[in-house]
Amino acid sequence: MTAVLTRRPGLAKIRTARSPLHLVCLGFVALVTAAALLAPWLVPYDPNAIDLGNALAGPSPEHLLGVDAAGRDTLSRLLLGARTSLLGPLGVVVFSTVAGVAVGMAAGWRGGWLDSVLSRSTELVFAFPGMLLAILIISVYGEGLLAPVIALSIAYLPYVSRLTRSLVLTERRRPYVSAYQVQGHSALQISLRHILPNIAPVVLAQSTINFGYALMDLAGLSFLGLGVPALTPDWGRMVFDGQTAIQHGYPLSAILPSAFIVLTVVAFNVVGERWADRVARRDR
Amino acid sequence: MNFVRFAVRRVAEMAATLLGASFVVFGAMYLAPGNPASFLLSGRSASPEALAAINAQYHLDDPFFVRYLSWLGDIVQGDFGRSITYRTDVSRLLADRLPTTLLLVVMALAVVAVIGLVLGWIAAVRGGGTDSAILVGTTFAVGTPSFVAAVLLQGLFAVNLGWFPSSGSGEGFVDKVWHLTLPAIALALYLIGMLARVTRSAMVEALDSEHVTVARSRGVPESQVIRRHVFRNSLGTVLTTGGLIVSTLLVCTILVETAFSIGGVGQLLELSTTTKDFPTVQAISLIIVALFMTVNLVVDLLLPLVDPRITLGSRSSSV
Repeated sequence: MTAVLTRRPGLAKIRTARSPLHLVCLGFVALVTAAALLAPWLVPYDPNAIDLGNALAGPSPEHLLGVDAAGRDTLSRLLLGARTSLLGPLGVVVFSTVAGVAVGMAAGWRGGWLDSVLSRSTELVFAFPGMLLAILIISVYGEGLLAPVIALSIAYLPYVSRLTRSLVLTERRRPYVSAYQVQGHSALQISLRHILPNIAPVVLAQSTINFGYALMDLAGLSFLGLGVPALTPDWGRMVFDGQTAIQHGYPLSAILPSAFIVLTVVAFNVVGERWADRVARRDR
Repeated sequence: MNFVRFAVRRVAEMAATLLGASFVVFGAMYLAPGNPASFLLSGRSASPEALAAINAQYHLDDPFFVRYLSWLGDIVQGDFGRSITYRTDVSRLLADRLPTTLLLVVMALAVVAVIGLVLGWIAAVRGGGTDSAILVGTTFAVGTPSFVAAVLLQGLFAVNLGWFPSSGSGEGFVDKVWHLTLPAIALALYLIGMLARVTRSAMVEALDSEHVTVARSRGVPESQVIRRHVFRNSLGTVLTTGGLIVSTLLVCTILVETAFSIGGVGQLLELSTTTKDFPTVQAISLIIVALFMTVNLVVDLLLPLVDPRITLGSRSSSV
């Protein structure tokens, strides 16, 4: 198999095989996901309840992780923030995977002019860093979660479509494809029912790696105030709010969301890389 | 001359992609609901003069392609139009802010190159526990967005310890470097992790090759083997990340300059995005894309010189 995963440089060959790091990361992913799903039932306070008299208080039995500069409960904001912070990247990954697989399959299967048009536009999208494309679209459409998610989906699409294209090219040379063609199955049927399941693990490993990058980009946009709306709790925005708290010497409300961003990205990267390594080994 | 033909082809390719990118940057304006004039003003009171200025810049009375071509013609001549928020030429705004941002990017680039290469080198040569430690460290480095690094570094070294100023860009060269040290480190952290990874895996691969075994068996000193036969061999792979490194640095200046309130191009992009100052956003986007492509072109042209085994233009455009 000649197709290789298009990884971001520097992430190849993380040696996570049989390491406890991988299990810890898998556990962390599960924990954060569970927290995001169950957040509405877990939160002790309204995340936007402002209590200026109690601002910047440290951890206490009432507020387990303290409160921020506006007196809002940090634990509640972290839990609800997990929802927006994970939902955005999920949207990016789902959009870019579905569209990327469709585009890559069409290019790999049909070839010809379609292929060259698509590879030209891939070239063009690669010239725009995801964050820049997002900012360009936000400056047209205004702030919000939808515009950056669409922009990042477009920016991440080529990574998926190029991988899919090369996978389809090797896959269609295999005898089973000609066997189905001889039996009169349509191209669409063969692609969806037989090729897609075969290439799915590799594509999904790539998408898992993309998730971490999308999370970083979206958190950055929220930090700038260009992402989620002002009152929605979000980890990126919490880091921004925490800057004021740091100036007053209470760093906890900035450190906690920072730690969650870093740990989540690391966990998704390690899980994705490990998966990619396993898929790559199996194919060889 | 084979090389000249290759160079001409690559320059032509880059010009074509750049043209496409300029079309994207121009056309983005037409995605907005409503007509372009009201989008460009976006709720600001439109004095007849302001309307006339926008009309003159974007040639709104002309057909679409005439508009695009005259806009492009102005940009080629260095005229990026007028900023709607600041009411001055965008090129003036950029000229005021570019030196600070360039200094920041160059400082970060130096940090990335030195520390990234050294860490990668040590990890590949030492192996064992050192390797694992560097691997864990770089795993966290590539998981840390630059704005998180900026806020945490600012909290620790500027607010808590008071070793560095916590915001602003300073006056005079030494003071500037002093002000930009923490931002440059925040900007560099992610890329240090990336470059160390790339260097390490390229060198480990080179260490496995037969010519290294031969050199060792002939009694060439180990330090010379590493320097001449391992590091030099991996330099090509390292160089291909150059374009990505520069474009990441440029884009992340938006976050880091905002976190440290440095009046550079990155902060200008952030401000003009929130105030919907579209001519400025267009200009900065185009400059970032053009710089990224230029660095990639230079890398492509340098690559055969660094590594003669590479046939011209054989590297994928992915990195």
